[in-house]
Amino acid sequence: MSEIENKTEHGSMDGATAGTAGDPKNDTGLGLGVIFFIVAFLICFLSGWLLFPKLLYSKHEQPFNFDHVLHVEETGDCESCHYLREDGTFSGIPKTESCLDCHTDEPMGDTKDEAIFAGDYVAKEQEVPWYVYARQPDCVFFSHAAHINAAGMDCKSCHGPIDETRTSRPYEENKLTGYSRDIWGKNIWGIKKNSWDRMKMNDCAVCHEKETGHKGYCFQCHK
Amino acid sequence: MKVDRRSFLGLGIGAVAGIAISPVGAKLTDDFSIWTQNWPWTPVPPDGEVSYDRTVCHLCPGACGISVRKIDGRPVKIEGLDPYPVNNGGVCLHGIAGLQYLYDPSRVKSPMKKVNNRFVPISWDEALTMVADRLGELRNDQKPDTLACITGSDQGSVPGLFKHFMAAFGSPNYLTMPDLESWLVRTAKTLHGDAYTLGFDIDHSDFILSFGAGLIDGWGSPVACIQTMGNRRQRQATLVQIEPRLSNTAASANQWIPINPGTEADLAMGMCAVLLKENLFDPVFAQGFKGGFMRFTAMVQKEYPLDKVAGVTGISAADIQKTAVAFAKAKMPVALPGKGRGEGAQNLKEFAAVHTLNCLSGNVNKQGGTFVKPLPKYLNFPDPVQDAVALKGAAAAPLAGSVQELVTRIDKSGESPVKALLVYNANPCFALNDPSRIRAAFEKIPFKVCVTSFMDETAMVSDVILPVSTFLERMEDVPSKAGLAATVVGLSKPMIKPVFNTRSPGDVVIGMARALGGDMAKNFAWDSYDACLEQVTARIWGPLVRKGHVVLSENLPAGSVETDFEFLAQNPETVKPAGDLEFTLIPIDYFRVPPTVPAPSPFAIKTVSDRILKGTDMFVEINPQSAKNLKDGGFATLTTPAGSVPVRVHFNDGIMPGVIGMVKGLGHTLDNKYVSGKGVNINALISPKIEPDSGMDAAFGIKAGISKA
Ligand code: SF4
Repeated sequence: MSEIENKTEHGSMDGATAGTAGDPKNDTGLGLGVIFFIVAFLICFLSGWLLFPKLLYSKHEQPFNFDHVLHVEETGDCESCHYLREDGTFSGIPKTESCLDCHTDEPMGDTKDEAIFAGDYVAKEQEVPWYVYARQPDCVFFSHAAHINAAGMDCKSCHGPIDETRTSRPYEENKLTGYSRDIWGKNIWGIKKNSWDRMKMNDCAVCHEKETGHKGYCFQCHK
Repeated sequence: MKVDRRSFLGLGIGAVAGIAISPVGAKLTDDFSIWTQNWPWTPVPPDGEVSYDRTVCHLCPGACGISVRKIDGRPVKIEGLDPYPVNNGGVCLHGIAGLQYLYDPSRVKSPMKKVNNRFVPISWDEALTMVADRLGELRNDQKPDTLACITGSDQGSVPGLFKHFMAAFGSPNYLTMPDLESWLVRTAKTLHGDAYTLGFDIDHSDFILSFGAGLIDGWGSPVACIQTMGNRRQRQATLVQIEPRLSNTAASANQWIPINPGTEADLAMGMCAVLLKENLFDPVFAQGFKGGFMRFTAMVQKEYPLDKVAGVTGISAADIQKTAVAFAKAKMPVALPGKGRGEGAQNLKEFAAVHTLNCLSGNVNKQGGTFVKPLPKYLNFPDPVQDAVALKGAAAAPLAGSVQELVTRIDKSGESPVKALLVYNANPCFALNDPSRIRAAFEKIPFKVCVTSFMDETAMVSDVILPVSTFLERMEDVPSKAGLAATVVGLSKPMIKPVFNTRSPGDVVIGMARALGGDMAKNFAWDSYDACLEQVTARIWGPLVRKGHVVLSENLPAGSVETDFEFLAQNPETVKPAGDLEFTLIPIDYFRVPPTVPAPSPFAIKTVSDRILKGTDMFVEINPQSAKNLKDGGFATLTTPAGSVPVRVHFNDGIMPGVIGMVKGLGHTLDNKYVSGKGVNINALISPKIEPDSGMDAAFGIKAGISKA
């Protein structure tokens, strides 16, 4: 920010000096105009890139840190906690109750996070209000079963190597839409390198077109 | 330094250019479009764990299996349950809107008593004590038979508990509202003796002769019937629909035969005459013809010759002859009684005459025909222990055979012979003909208790309201009814804890008995209704809980059954619409508007066509030929001997000239802004006409006049 301010100030002073250097009135105007243009351009351009994302997204810390690596080591795979039910519905984020298979209201280790979990949630029989990075809008019907079972897809294809994370990064929420930043993607232009970088409608369509030869019909996902 | 216009121009253009090649524009456009779809003031249900649970819908006699989708245990959607022997995955618009009843504005949220014509909330203890005190007085005065009870239906364990209550209390005055099932039981009783009901295997029949039965307009088990009608063409089954108006069912039939309203019984008798004359009846089945067959044969030949029947019904003699012969010659014919939904005012003569056609065809207790099946007996209530007061009271002669008859009795006596009234799951003050007369009669009863979920028209005239949980909040056995071939008992389970301070109706009966104490309490020694249900359904409880339903009569009922013609042989009189005005006003059973309990959901009301209800305006249908100076869409005054109302006119070529049709079930005055004050209750325009033989109100329509407003 201060860099921008510096540039702003110098810019206008330079402009002022140039203007008084003896040119006719018109030239002074033109010079000033150019300088104003450059200054405004730079402010807006840089704000758009640097400031705007900061303003658009608010950050929330998860209630406590969750170590996926540790849990995958202990349980063996993703499916122990995130599984498909018999009727094809996806269990999503585990409820506190399912954590009780291993955890009790006595912390298992001596981490701060474990203490929070045991004390604030297990002991009080409360659900952990996790922020869900991948949550889609209500109008989107998404079947995990169709993708995991029928298409044989890997969790990673959409969620990335989440099993390799030791810390829960902050959840960034779009202040206008209320959705997770993960849906649009970290890159402010929405450019993606990995398949899991963005999860907008078009990303579904692109993959569907590639895999099935057809983008799919509206009602398949919008119910 | 001079800052001029150009500088500003530079500033502006610079800003625009800067923004333009930053991601702001693209990103904001995207976000704004999403924002407009997710306006924060739009209510969105909270997210959570998805689960499905199964239960049975009992919003109508259909008894469909349903699957309830829940988010964190909160029901959010109802779907049809597949497989389920009644509805195979189907569900109707009332079923899917079932959730709205949970939060309906007219729900009674806690027990209430009436003080100075206003209801005030009270505790359950106070309410039950109050009821017990007042009812206890009747027993102390040795007059237990002055208690009357009206329920919506008499099947299942909850009506069973009310009956048990009345027996233990000592009153024979237990009455049910007329529904299709009760008419079928009455018909079976008249022709085949006690303890039977009729079922129809429409699914397999190849010739369906329907006397106005609204097979896709809500007759019987609606979803099951609609599905049957859906595959009728593949089965190449013929449907002949006889009714005065081109209903949806008539429109989908192979043949629609318009008939003068209220003359269906005469037509059926005329057809019987044809079959008997031409010797087209089944000789094997005829061996079971007892009581009055010869007299019946002679009588129909004499009283129902083709020409005469043609004159009365408005159907040509040739058509009557042709249809009767086609029916008799079909392999698996079935004749269906019960106009529209078959509820409310119907007449026994018509039901009996139509069923006689089935008996003559011999297609009884055979696939694709009519089943004379024993009444489902899966409930085993212990015999009531009656004290001396109860024994004396229960032995007294019943005051009436129907609610309308009871109302007439009260009407005619200076002081009401009924001193206390229990009403459960019924809304006689709306659903029966001439509701204002019913309200007036109820006003004469000193103490009325309404066991209901909604502040409906009958609840409003009662003294105490005991609020019950809706079908999604309680456990109950739900027997399928109304003419299905098989009898399926489903188990409805609580899908959610009661939203308000309500109890299951079974617990309410047990609570009343306990509060009465003494022998009454002893007769209801169950810990709770759930324990009672488990005990009385003991025979099928295991599979009922495991599978959620039990099919009681999978096999065809026993082959032979005796048929008694005495009732028809006397040629009972056909009830004619009252009055002598020019037109005949008939009620239309329209599937989107339930005519009885509960009132339509806000969702169902939204789906009613603009040609039936526009804003609060009620439309009546009339054939343009008989409309004279009326205008399509214009206002008119409809008058019957019972009253006069403003309506709007809808020209319909599909209704017989001389007939005015009006949808039944609108015009509620209950405490629900989405449903109340919309249209007119047609029952208010029809005065009851008691059929002498059945004691039931048989006034299906009434004479009416219509003039430009
Ligand atoms: S037909 Fe009756 S039982 Fe079946 S879903 Fe509709 S309202 Fe419920």
